[in-house]
Amino acid sequence: MTSPSRRFLDLLEAHGYNFFTGVPCSLFEGVTRILDVEPHYEYLSAVREDSAMGIAAGAYFGGRQPVVLMQNSGLGVSMNALISLHQIYDIPALLVVSWRGQKGPAGEPSQDAPEHLIMGAVLEDFLRLLQVPFAVFAPETLDADLARLTRTMHETGKPVALVVPKGMLQQ
Amino acid sequence: MKRAAAIAAVASTLGPECALVACNGMIGRELFTHGDRDSQFYMIGSMGLASSIGLGLALVQRSRRVVVFDGDGNVLMNLGTLGSIAASGVTNFYHVVFDNAAHGSTGDQRTISDKVPIEQVAKAAGYRRVVRVGDPAGLQAALAGFFVEPGPAMLLVEVERGNQPGIKRVEPEPPELTARFRRAMTPSA
Repeated sequence: MTSPSRRFLDLLEAHGYNFFTGVPCSLFEGVTRILDVEPHYEYLSAVREDSAMGIAAGAYFGGRQPVVLMQNSGLGVSMNALISLHQIYDIPALLVVSWRGQKGPAGEPSQDAPEHLIMGAVLEDFLRLLQVPFAVFAPETLDADLARLTRTMHETGKPVALVVPKGMLQQ
Repeated sequence: MKRAAAIAAVASTLGPECALVACNGMIGRELFTHGDRDSQFYMIGSMGLASSIGLGLALVQRSRRVVVFDGDGNVLMNLGTLGSIAASGVTNFYHVVFDNAAHGSTGDQRTISDKVPIEQVAKAAGYRRVVRVGDPAGLQAALAGFFVEPGPAMLLVEVERGNQPGIKRVEPEPPELTARFRRAMTPSA
């Protein structure tokens, strides 16, 4: 049976994405497990998320349509690259951002580790503040969400984000 | 050696088939003032990331020589990327660092590159070749073969502090810099 992570990567490729870099997170470890061992993806495991953003910009200049994977803590690291490189220069990318520290479905406090609680609580507001269009990963709407995000990305020339909650891409 | 003169000397050896990515601050502005080309990208913000941008381009266009003009402050801000460049084995990657041991664009506040030899860090990270030069004759000698032999390679050029008069700001707006650089890199697209 095809794993959720395999299906996700196939969908990304179907939507035109053909360059992959980033920093891992346990919430999408199923994806990086594939990227790490299959040379087809030419995955570059970056040392920092902002460096991954720069690498993605370079790949875009070279003709690719890049994906940058990161934990939501890495979104903080990436903030200046996002603002003062991608957004002002019109450099598109899909950011796949995990959602550590997400509250429960009824707003219950997250039981995640302390370092994730604040970013987890403000993640959606943070993306809105930074003017990054985003969708929250849901298997049933993933294809349509990726189509919409990718269209927005091409129209604006700026990054968009797919937020990945726990349990979606660990396998 | 004045930085603007060193930048002009290195840039003059590069043809338009090379990609040239310049870091933010005076280095990009001095390159722009020396001579502008569609195959040159000027990073005006995102300090520290010029080498990452060059790496991404070098990875996807292995047959194109990619040259990064960097400063000591920029390299020190993202030292880990030296490891990424070395580990990626990008033989088409050439890193030229203009080192004045200072943040030249903000008033020459000192960095730490007088105590931390950046080219030795690159060597330890796994760059194939590194060379440090301190005067025009040394620079000319180093340039003779630097961009011919495979990389990743670093040429560190010691330059004086202080800025030259008459240095322009990069004139095209950032989206135009992106569009023309990408067109230059992907002529058939």
